[in-house]
Amino acid sequence: MAVSDHLRTLRHATWLGWQMESNWTRPWLFLIYSIARPIAATLILVVMFLVVKQGVATDPLLFSYTYLGSAFFMFVAQVMMGATMVIMEDREHYQTLRQLYIAPISLRVYIIGRAMSKLVLTSMSVVISIGFGIVVLGLPLDLAAVDWPLFTAAMVLGIGCILAIGIALAGITFLTAKHSSGINEGIGGAFYLFCGTLFPITVLPAWGQAIGMAIPLTYWLELVRRSLYPGGGMESIGGLGQFSSPTLLLFLLVSSLAFLAASTLIFRFADRRARQAGKVDMTTSY
Amino acid sequence: MNISLNLRAAVGRAYPRIIGALREPSWTFFDVLLPLLGIAAYIFYYRALGADPSFEGFVVLGGAMTAFWLNVLWGMASQFYWEKETGNLQLFLVSPMSRMALLAGMAMGGMFSAGVRALSTLLLGIIIFNVHMMIADPLLLVAVFLVTLAAIYGMGMMFASLFMLYGRDAWNISNLLQEPIYLVSGFYFPVRSLGPWVSAIASIIPITLGLDAMRQLLFGAQAQGFLPVTTELMVLCVLAVVFLVLARYALRYMEELGRKEGRLTLRWQ
Repeated sequence: MAVSDHLRTLRHATWLGWQMESNWTRPWLFLIYSIARPIAATLILVVMFLVVKQGVATDPLLFSYTYLGSAFFMFVAQVMMGATMVIMEDREHYQTLRQLYIAPISLRVYIIGRAMSKLVLTSMSVVISIGFGIVVLGLPLDLAAVDWPLFTAAMVLGIGCILAIGIALAGITFLTAKHSSGINEGIGGAFYLFCGTLFPITVLPAWGQAIGMAIPLTYWLELVRRSLYPGGGMESIGGLGQFSSPTLLLFLLVSSLAFLAASTLIFRFADRRARQAGKVDMTTSY
Repeated sequence: MNISLNLRAAVGRAYPRIIGALREPSWTFFDVLLPLLGIAAYIFYYRALGADPSFEGFVVLGGAMTAFWLNVLWGMASQFYWEKETGNLQLFLVSPMSRMALLAGMAMGGMFSAGVRALSTLLLGIIIFNVHMMIADPLLLVAVFLVTLAAIYGMGMMFASLFMLYGRDAWNISNLLQEPIYLVSGFYFPVRSLGPWVSAIASIIPITLGLDAMRQLLFGAQAQGFLPVTTELMVLCVLAVVFLVLARYALRYMEELGRKEGRLTLRWQ
């Protein structure tokens, strides 16, 4: 299939995703619904920090570490889940998956397109969260000092990796009914725990650190923090201080490619199994 | 009023929820495992901050109580929305039972399934993270817990009525009432930390006072309680009655409105 066909699928799927997300209510209400929950989740951590530390100034580095981790983890929670929910929605709720199968498009590109609307929304939430952190909470972040090339590279690879994991989970969703949301949330929860999202991975027991080191999102979060605080000491608390940023970027690239390969295999296998077992148009009243 | 019919309706509605919770063991695995991951993340976060170990207990207790709150949101408040989507709502409405009996059945069944999840979360949290709790007054603790459940499920019944006519709003409002409520109700920290005004306003949500009272009874002075436990218990009793009465009126009003506007069978809005 030509690249132009994929790009057209991507564009229309993104537009469809955006319409499905937003066309049922007024824009301001939609914005509230979209950003209130992730921002509240970040504020829970802020209050926990303030209850113990009494103020941001007592440990600005750890505060920045946690705040940024929580803000950028929204991409994992929203984009990954967005990709997997496509199968559930199109198969069971709208019952359009069989039409997508017979359309001359790539299903994976369609899923990525649908996830793009989540990506846009999440980007807004992250920007608002960080802006709120700087203005209201005193998050010590100097945008002029940010290492933008490193940030851009980390984000491109990180989002690509999140989408790859989302595609794999979408494949698994083909074969499951009610379990799929549990599997997805479980994997999201494991990333939340083991990838150094809220705290340096050195706080985890050794086996937990080993799990964290095997997940590319650990490197992604570390690189995002380092790029936003170049020379700001993030290397010293994250537990990955022995690796330079280019080395971490290489780790992220290699592990993301490995996840992409695994994701492709899982999706193809699940797709074939779902067709064989007649599960493509299964409805389970989830 | 046919009491026998309504009792059978309540039991009939509770039955699938209780049986459903036991039918598929793998669901229990996810129900137990998933909350533990989030709880573990918050506990390690408190450890990274160097917090007093009692804060880890707050997290375990709050994490256990999320099971009930999530059940209230998704199994009570937005349940009529789901029933409408699957075509069951019209069948419920043409049957001769009381709508309140139906809601009571949903609540009883939901309390059971959420209770299994909450208890397992609590026990595993205590065992894995070595959380120490001292039950100062077991009877008072049980009373606070039961009245809190009555109040939050009463609130859920009221929301169920209001959500009955909603389409995707119901889904999004339920989403909106998760993390923001965890925040203002102090699921993972003493609610008093948010200041007296926020704590007072958040007390309209029964789980705020319920959690605060339970924390005080389990962790003593370290819980940094908002109000005396007996005061919180009395307020919870009032909230339980108010929400149940409001639920009854809201249900009648919204059903009538739905009939007039023809929205009781409207799907995919």
